[in-house]
Amino acid sequence: MDFFLQLLINGISLGFLYGLAAMGFVMIFKSSRVLNFAHGEILALGAYLFLTLVTWAQLPVIVAFLLSLTGSFIMGFVIERLFLRPLIGEPLIFVIMLTVGLAAMFKGLILLLWGGNLYVYPDFLPGWLSLTLGPVTVPPVYVAAIVIGFVFLGIFGLFFKFSSQGIYMRSVADNQQAAMSLGVHVRRVFALSWAIAALVAGMSGIILGIISGINVHDLSAVGLKVFPVVILGGLDSIGGAIIGALIIGLLETFTGGYISPALRDVVPYICLIFILLVKPYGLFGLVEIERV
Amino acid sequence: MKGPASLKFRLCGNFFERYEQELSIFETDFGRLCLVLGLTVLFGIVPFVTEAYFLYILVIIAITSIAALGLNILVGFTGQLSLGHGAFFGVGAYTAAVLSTELQCPFIIALPAAGLVTALVGIGFGLPSGRLKGLYLTIATLAGQFIIEYVLVSWESVTKGTRGIVLPFPEIFGISLDGDRAYFYVSYISLVVMTYIAVNIMRTRYGRAFVAIRDNDRAAEGMGIPIFGYKLLSFAVSSFYAGFAGALWAYYMVSITTEPFTLMLSVEYLAMIIIGGLGSIPGAIFGATFITMLNEILRIVTQMLMNTGFLEGVELTMAPLREFAFGLTIVLFIIFEPRGLAELWRILKSNVRLWPFSY
Repeated sequence: MDFFLQLLINGISLGFLYGLAAMGFVMIFKSSRVLNFAHGEILALGAYLFLTLVTWAQLPVIVAFLLSLTGSFIMGFVIERLFLRPLIGEPLIFVIMLTVGLAAMFKGLILLLWGGNLYVYPDFLPGWLSLTLGPVTVPPVYVAAIVIGFVFLGIFGLFFKFSSQGIYMRSVADNQQAAMSLGVHVRRVFALSWAIAALVAGMSGIILGIISGINVHDLSAVGLKVFPVVILGGLDSIGGAIIGALIIGLLETFTGGYISPALRDVVPYICLIFILLVKPYGLFGLVEIERV
Repeated sequence: MKGPASLKFRLCGNFFERYEQELSIFETDFGRLCLVLGLTVLFGIVPFVTEAYFLYILVIIAITSIAALGLNILVGFTGQLSLGHGAFFGVGAYTAAVLSTELQCPFIIALPAAGLVTALVGIGFGLPSGRLKGLYLTIATLAGQFIIEYVLVSWESVTKGTRGIVLPFPEIFGISLDGDRAYFYVSYISLVVMTYIAVNIMRTRYGRAFVAIRDNDRAAEGMGIPIFGYKLLSFAVSSFYAGFAGALWAYYMVSITTEPFTLMLSVEYLAMIIIGGLGSIPGAIFGATFITMLNEILRIVTQMLMNTGFLEGVELTMAPLREFAFGLTIVLFIIFEPRGLAELWRILKSNVRLWPFSY
């Protein structure tokens, strides 16, 4: 029973992390229809930035956290400006291949700069954050992950609902040409959505790094796990991404706990194939019906 | 220019009067001459004058070219992105290994059989995604990559897990094919045959249907092309090429393990066709050559840097450098020359042909 509860808690917090990672991914997909294969590497860059600021520059944690979020935000902006802006109007397949290239490039860059070793952050989360639920204790990191997940979900919900930029972003996602003709600055929306997505990715990278240490291979694997998550939730639904992430997170920890640890990392992809077979637009995705 | 007896050498524009001319492979007899000369040099002279090391590189280029050709049929001609080509290459390699060790299957049957098995596996992963519009195949192949990798590692009774399989020396009609020179002939004859098939697939209704789906899937459907079937067919053909190349590679390497068939290999193949030129048959070969050379050059450079002690104390391994270089070349080519080396080659050719008035 304890084991079950522990797995449940682990699964839910892992799910929240996937959800955070998936949120940035869906944001880019919604506004520009780009499947971003470099998401895991952007995540990793955020984590490494934080690592450098905390251990090498010896900055206080909170300053380092804010600085690395700002850094991720700027990085998203720069990536959009340098690599994606020249491709506006090109076939989508080129843009997606570009993100595959970016992923390889960033991964190589991170390996060159920091090496493939496993790093850990110094322990800085206060002990009072840990929760005790009956027989199970939830470590502070997981509590932080869940809290931050909820906070950001709330912020983004409000942002998309009420802020003008959020409404522009939704309009671009809905119909790019119509939005443009109504005076929405589509390029700025693209830039902003990449910047916000990178920020969210950077944050989830940092939290993942706190939980399981920082290693490029693991972090970029998380970037690819986003695919089963968003396919399950529906590619264009942020709420769906969170629910999909929880399901995938639970599936993963339970498979790892009860069946076999080796299967753990593959189970999301097997699940992905089944979703494509059974419910291809996911749980909450918009079903595109097209008649010719 | 008229009349069957006259040979055509240089044209400075399109002078097509019938559809057959548009469909012909060679616009001029000069092209035919070049092909004949090229093949003569390739088979008659090259294997006898090159050193063993370069012969090895040439064989690798031929094998990767076959796989890249397959990927280009899918990505360049049908407009579907695959991230599982490396894994399919591995499926081919393992099928050949299992067939030749467990079933004592002869080399000449194992190669196409490996291709067919891989094509079937490809169809299995293509089925769920083919029904959907857009780039769902990309995601399904990503899943395929991970699932196949897992199966290769953990299906120990067949794949021997991480220990790998040692293949027998290939033999054709009693002639043993050990040694680089013999294998050079095998791989280049395969490459020529596979290129011939690819060129001709693209001239038939199937190839035209692929291109129609790439250019506009709605219009293609409106013209009565069953998109699902053709997408799946294209994916099957592409997997066949990957499996065939994988089998060739397995025989050449003699022993195989699960290690090389990662997502990185898939990205490498993608880099090849982007650099070579999407939707171009020679492009696939250019790209395979470019990447193989790049690999070798990077290897030599890192070795040199290590030996000279230039980077004392710095942990310089080849893998990250390779990954960075591949990523960078993909990005640069997509931004600056999305049609790749094949387009540069075409520009060069037409400049030479139209010299001195190259406009």
